Amino acid sequence: MDRAFFEQLAMPLFDQLYNHACWLTGDRVDAEDLVQETYAKALKGFGSFAEGTNLRAWMFRILRNTFMTTKTGLAARNTEYLEDDEVLSDRVMAHAITPELLLLRSQNEQAVFAALESLPVNYRQIILLSEVEEMSYREIAEVLDVPVGTVMSRLSRARSGLRALLGTNVGQEVR
Amino acid sequence: MTVCEQDHEMLAAYLDGEIPSDRAAMLEEHLRTCTACAAEVANLLSVRRTMRVARTRFTPSADFRRKIQSQVAPRRPGFRVFGSLSLAVAALAMLVLVIFWMRQGTVRADAYREVADLHVGDLASVNPYDVISSDRHTVKPWFQGRIPFAFNLPEFAGTEFTLLGGRLIYLHQQPAAQVVVGMGQHKISILILQESGVFGSAFPVSERADTKSAFNIETWNSQGLRFFVIGDAEKAGIQRLAQFLQSANP
Repeated sequence: MDRAFFEQLAMPLFDQLYNHACWLTGDRVDAEDLVQETYAKALKGFGSFAEGTNLRAWMFRILRNTFMTTKTGLAARNTEYLEDDEVLSDRVMAHAITPELLLLRSQNEQAVFAALESLPVNYRQIILLSEVEEMSYREIAEVLDVPVGTVMSRLSRARSGLRALLGTNVGQEVR
Repeated sequence: MTVCEQDHEMLAAYLDGEIPSDRAAMLEEHLRTCTACAAEVANLLSVRRTMRVARTRFTPSADFRRKIQSQVAPRRPGFRVFGSLSLAVAALAMLVLVIFWMRQGTVRADAYREVADLHVGDLASVNPYDVISSDRHTVKPWFQGRIPFAFNLPEFAGTEFTLLGGRLIYLHQQPAAQVVVGMGQHKISILILQESGVFGSAFPVSERADTKSAFNIETWNSQGLRFFVIGDAEKAGIQRLAQFLQSANP
């Protein structure tokens, strides 16, 4: 039956979705609610899911859309439209960090996690989709419902932002 | 540091495997000569390596996994309530059945024991038959007026069975006919009584073979009469006699 098929396909994504939800919400209880709602919606909409298409991207998209209706998500949405026109001053900053320092810093996972957590949620998510979930630009575009070109530019800005944050932290410590 | 005009977005896309192979080849060529871009690639790679750890940073609890699993698992809504209820009902029904079956089993075992006792008692008796005859036309009429029912005996002459005689017995407070048939050195009892109450209900309606304390027993119901064929003869012999009798009492 459909339901058994859904279980078979969707349950293996459980750990990834939960991890991703935690990164998005920053709270385990919120993450559980988010994941539960995602599965409920996915189960309900499974009939409309076309077999052979990317279930993982589909589920992540449901998770993201659900997240966007939460308080944290709504706050993120308000800043989203700015981002593509945003002039990133931190790119300059990122260039000022020496590769050696960054390498040293990025090997400390706590520092990277801290930087990732303080990154705006849209940047955080696209980095997670790319680096952690290892999704292709096309998959990410599907999850975020944006053109592939936007994925590329947003991902680039997100990475610059992350490095800027890492650099800032490094600077503070060195000082 | 030499300022390079190379698009850093392109470097990231290159690492992400998202640019066409011809562009990738051009970039690789560039990376060999541009230290700034090589450093950029190194940075991207080191961040990426660290980022892998973020994959397993948060792991769900077993409880939450079970919760989602049960939410997703194929089962009817409200299964928990109805499921446990129907489970209880099923368990109760099972219990009733088992008790009934055990009771029936006890009754049946008692009945078999009684039948076997009668058979043995007859064999041990110095006066085993009320009517001694190998002629069914003698044995059968003898029972008339002694038992409240009639039955037929097949013609034993020319078969492996020999009619030895008959007597009136009481089985479970009911008058019954006992006909003894010889098969080789074996004596086989045929017990016939009216099917009634608890005693009869312990037995299956259709033919049934059983083995009790080295005796083979066949029993069946035919037109309100309960037949038993019991003896220490081989099972097949008992069955043949049973079939023989059934043919005379369809």
